[in-house]
Amino acid sequence: MEPLTWTGTLGTFLDPLLALFAGVFAVACVAQFVLGFVLQPGRTTANADGTLSVERGPLEWIGEAMKWSFLGIVLVVLAYILGGIVTPYGTGGIIGAMSARFLPVWIALTLTFAISITFKRRLGLYGKLFDSPIGMVGFGLVMFWVFTAIFGGPLDMIITHDPLSQVSGLKNKIPGVPVPGIEEMGVGAHYLLGGDNLARDIFSRMVEGAWIVIQIAPLATLFAFMVGITLGLPAGYYGGALDTFLSFLANLILAFPVILLFYLLVTPEIVATGIPSYMAAVLFLFPVIFLGVLLNSRYYTQPTFRTGLLIVVLGIAGFTYLAIISQRGTPLQILPDAIDPITINGGILVVFVSVVFVNAPTVFRIVRSLALDIQTRDYVAAAQTRGEGAWYIMLWEILPNARGPLIVDFCLRIGYTTILLGTLGFFGLGLPPESPDWGSTINEGRKLLSIYPHPALPPAVALLTLVLGLNLLADGLREESLKD
Amino acid sequence: MGRFILQRAGIMLLTALCLTFIVFALTNLYPNLEKLAKTQANSRMTDTEVVSWLENRGYLQPLPVKYGQWLGVLPGYVIEGSDGRTRARCAPDGIPAEDAPRFCGVLQGDWGTSTVFREDVSEIVSKRLGLTGWLMLAVMCVMVPGALILGVLSGMREGSRTDRTLSTVSIASTATPEYVSGVLFIAVFASSAVGLKWFKGTATSAMDDITFANFTLPVITIALYGMGYIARMTRASMTEVMTAQYIRTARLKGVSFRDIVLKHALRNALIAPFTVIMLQFPWLLNGVVIVETLFNYKGFGWTLVQAASNNDIELLLGVSVVSVIVVLVTQLISDIGYVVLNPRIRIS
Repeated sequence: MEPLTWTGTLGTFLDPLLALFAGVFAVACVAQFVLGFVLQPGRTTANADGTLSVERGPLEWIGEAMKWSFLGIVLVVLAYILGGIVTPYGTGGIIGAMSARFLPVWIALTLTFAISITFKRRLGLYGKLFDSPIGMVGFGLVMFWVFTAIFGGPLDMIITHDPLSQVSGLKNKIPGVPVPGIEEMGVGAHYLLGGDNLARDIFSRMVEGAWIVIQIAPLATLFAFMVGITLGLPAGYYGGALDTFLSFLANLILAFPVILLFYLLVTPEIVATGIPSYMAAVLFLFPVIFLGVLLNSRYYTQPTFRTGLLIVVLGIAGFTYLAIISQRGTPLQILPDAIDPITINGGILVVFVSVVFVNAPTVFRIVRSLALDIQTRDYVAAAQTRGEGAWYIMLWEILPNARGPLIVDFCLRIGYTTILLGTLGFFGLGLPPESPDWGSTINEGRKLLSIYPHPALPPAVALLTLVLGLNLLADGLREESLKD
Repeated sequence: MGRFILQRAGIMLLTALCLTFIVFALTNLYPNLEKLAKTQANSRMTDTEVVSWLENRGYLQPLPVKYGQWLGVLPGYVIEGSDGRTRARCAPDGIPAEDAPRFCGVLQGDWGTSTVFREDVSEIVSKRLGLTGWLMLAVMCVMVPGALILGVLSGMREGSRTDRTLSTVSIASTATPEYVSGVLFIAVFASSAVGLKWFKGTATSAMDDITFANFTLPVITIALYGMGYIARMTRASMTEVMTAQYIRTARLKGVSFRDIVLKHALRNALIAPFTVIMLQFPWLLNGVVIVETLFNYKGFGWTLVQAASNNDIELLLGVSVVSVIVVLVTQLISDIGYVVLNPRIRIS
């Protein structure tokens, strides 16, 4: 069977178009940047009817060229994607076949954007995101990987081959290589992005890797935030010895080079001593405390309702906590297997704990400085005069008013957590070596990088786009939240 | 000012002590020691042999005692081993235990011996630091001017198209960790698949002879990640300065835009980036570890990875002391520099 080319027969007329538009766009970009220092922008004149008109100088013409060529690029890329979905397998080449595999993702993305843009005025800060082009691009990139993770991981709709199985003869083969033994053109007939050095399908591994990253990164960031908030609010609000002590601890952890810390925490020898399990037991306690204090401080004036609510919420949270920290084979096995619904792969737990541990001090410092700033406001003084408790003021007066910077930092920090996960994988720490997560895949691919670059590139680009998306999203959110 | 520096130095010392103690405690956990014994002596030792091997070499003393010995405040051990030989911490092989000095720790200038490289820790660290110093120097020469130019250009006309383009560039560069950009650069510029082959994919030869071909990729890889962050800080500070009253006054006086930027705005806009650049050093250290591993440049970061993955206790302690000092000293410099550069802040 024929190997696939990158763009297939669709490419015969789309490729030159793309090259043309990209060339014009690149030239226009450079020209605008360079000429922007030399030429003056066109003169603006006010008309009698109250409108403004701009004379078209050379800069304006370059701007027009940029706009239209960019639009052209977008249209051609759309044509590649749609062409790949509509035409039969193989016509659109590798790109067409991949975009056909991503069909559920495209549908979900289109639905999300359509619904969000329709109702954007009623959706608060989230809706305002759709006023900023940068924020939309970032949100699109992030949601692409979120949907890829969901449809590719648990729902199993995207991958073409098993990410762990090896097909002999496909070791280090370039993208589009046909799988031996399959005669008909159809899904699974080719390794779309080639084979890695153990002859596994790179495309499927990349999609599976997204699921691991999307599972760990946001949740670990959330836990780091819980720890940082629960410790940072009292440190900023009370100050004094508590603040000095906690700040010293935070600075202590921050003074460690991150990689040294990972090497000290994530090696199999340390895991055998059970230190990560104990750390998990301490770190995972904070969300439970946070929930309890949050609800207690809000409803303590209605004791009957409060008690019932706390019993239910803390019961569920406490059981989840016990189920998570008690794992078979670690020193902490509290719950018997029969009633322990959650089993986590040991490697994932260790990685999770160390990432939370590294992130929490920075969150602590941010929350502390926000609390220091906000506690001087009048509404805090008013609450103090009303006789509200300290925790009520911290959690229901200070925290909601610090949400803007915290949401922005949350987005940035998910990206940073993704980078940290990749770093762990890059040094082969924590996750098992056959794990398809992006860091481990890059680590495996880098050994033969100068001969076969293709195994390392897809996970690298995937990680890059996800983190870039999160950064752009944070930038858009910051811009929109400042407009209030 | 003197009191401020003294106070900071005290905190630094305390932090360094705590950190080294943590590293010491973690590396001296029993499974780590067992691994050390098996790699050093014989990988098929029985459990009792491991215990006696460790006992003979003083590894099984109580943790605070061992830490005190490493620090040089407690006398080094002299142990008559179960094999009949007497070993002393301060007596290297060949010197009888009686002639050895009583104390030999960091305070006496003795950093111990690396179990992996079989060399003095101080020698290894100083040699590797020298190699990494060249890398850092090159990175700084590329990163700082690049980031400042990027930030000033985008900050001088806030909201313009130049600003938007350059801001996106700097966001993209902060979103690209070293192991991604390094892989991309090697694939594009050094691999035989693309065929450009402008640079080399490894920097091993740069340890003896730095050339443009073997040093460009590692330097660019580290510089790129730090550049975006400094550029964004410079941009923020520049936009703030450009909206200040005295800039408006200068504009109304008819000073040309170029003179406003270069003579009036630039100096004030560079105060904040200075502290950021100083605080970037610890992050550079991270980048150095990744890049040195990726490009196989055997500097300080590479040593850290080797020491950590082989549980080389004394080398790891030496490495962490150095990196902690780098982190804390740069923090101190950035604080002092901020006060010295900014006439509006005085420490009473």
